Amino acid sequence: MRKYKREFIARRAAREIRDGSYVNLGLGIPVLAGRFIPDGVDAVLISESGIQGFGTLPPKHKGDPDLINAAKEPVALTSGASLFSSLDAYTIIRGGHLDLCILGGLEVDERGNLANWMLPGRMVNGMGGAMDLACGAKRVVVAMEHTTPAKKPKILKNCTLPLTGLNVVHRIITELAVIDVTTQGLLLREIASEVSVDQVCRDTEADLKVDKDLKIIQV
Amino acid sequence: MNKVIPDLAQAIADIQDGATIMIGGFGLCGIPENLLQAVCDKGVKNLTVISNNAGTEDFGVGLLLRHQQVKKMIASYVGENRTFEELVRNGKLQIELSPQGTLVERIRAGGAGIGGFYTPTGYGTIAAENKETRTWNGRHYVLELPLRAQFALVKAWRGDPLGNLVYRATARNFNPVMATAADVTIAEVEELVEVGNLNPDHVHTSGIYVQRILQGLHYEKRFQSARPTDEV
Repeated sequence: MRKYKREFIARRAAREIRDGSYVNLGLGIPVLAGRFIPDGVDAVLISESGIQGFGTLPPKHKGDPDLINAAKEPVALTSGASLFSSLDAYTIIRGGHLDLCILGGLEVDERGNLANWMLPGRMVNGMGGAMDLACGAKRVVVAMEHTTPAKKPKILKNCTLPLTGLNVVHRIITELAVIDVTTQGLLLREIASEVSVDQVCRDTEADLKVDKDLKIIQV
Repeated sequence: MNKVIPDLAQAIADIQDGATIMIGGFGLCGIPENLLQAVCDKGVKNLTVISNNAGTEDFGVGLLLRHQQVKKMIASYVGENRTFEELVRNGKLQIELSPQGTLVERIRAGGAGIGGFYTPTGYGTIAAENKETRTWNGRHYVLELPLRAQFALVKAWRGDPLGNLVYRATARNFNPVMATAADVTIAEVEELVEVGNLNPDHVHTSGIYVQRILQGLHYEKRFQSARPTDEV
């Protein structure tokens, strides 16, 4: 069930990837989205490990230990790829050169604040590149499950966890809804076919405005 | 000019207790495996290590942690190493976290003679705590300070006796920037070639940054993560 949910979110998130764009996919659901990029969309994936242009390894290929993605998994270069140092990787990321970054999320709030790197009571692993990605990409989409495993809302009036970035999120994609962060607050743009607006609002702590042109999520 | 010191122990002979060392690598990719083992064998303690990650329990920077040789780590991501977690919990290891892009830029600043810089990364988060902030054109920035080290241990694919280095694929990562930011940069390479055998246009790190170079005896090149499964 959870697997289905994650795949659904990933499929919808993949539809954010535009033809001709340079894209970074964060760990978890966003990486899955890389497998569902629609046919005919020619986008280039950027990895903070130092790659422009990569994809999954061919079946049974064990990979090259010198060629990994940000999750430290072996990957394959695509034709026309280029390789660079961490310094160049963050010039791309922080310098506003990325068209889109899809990130995972623990919490997002009404002002587009994002928390996705630290859970209380857990060992602090570090933010890695998440803070740079959140503040540097032209467009930041958060792809995450709508509620926590304990069914608590993750879309809040105010984030409670340590932040990754302030006012950075443009769009939130979950298994229930697609929500945009606007200057007037959160706007419900799309909704899953089997749920009602009331249901989405029940599982969301933040106030939601409903788009006049509310659509059903297509994946 | 010949910067080759073939003996590992000799190459790191002046690394003493309490030294500050930069170590190249992204996870286990592009780490100086041979130099790390030599520092581990030497048993120097109270090191300050600047490295993007902490390796795994028994490989990479994790080797130095396991032998309790490290007093402080400056890194961006230290997950995937339980030894690390235990040491921090028991107060035996200090940790300073920098966002990855800030970490690399701090090292660049250290190597390039820059006294500090303002970055938007981390504004309004705990990464900006107790740091000066400025606002230009409506955008907020955090002041970050440079990092330098006494030693940088870097790994390249090929190098020559002048210290010119060429890296391979994502094993490049933090290595070239760290090579610029230490008093003594020690490079290990998979293949040491004769002077004149590297295409000058393809050199990533110029020899001026490198004080010592050697050919690694053996490379294990472990994978940190398996290839992703084909199922979702």
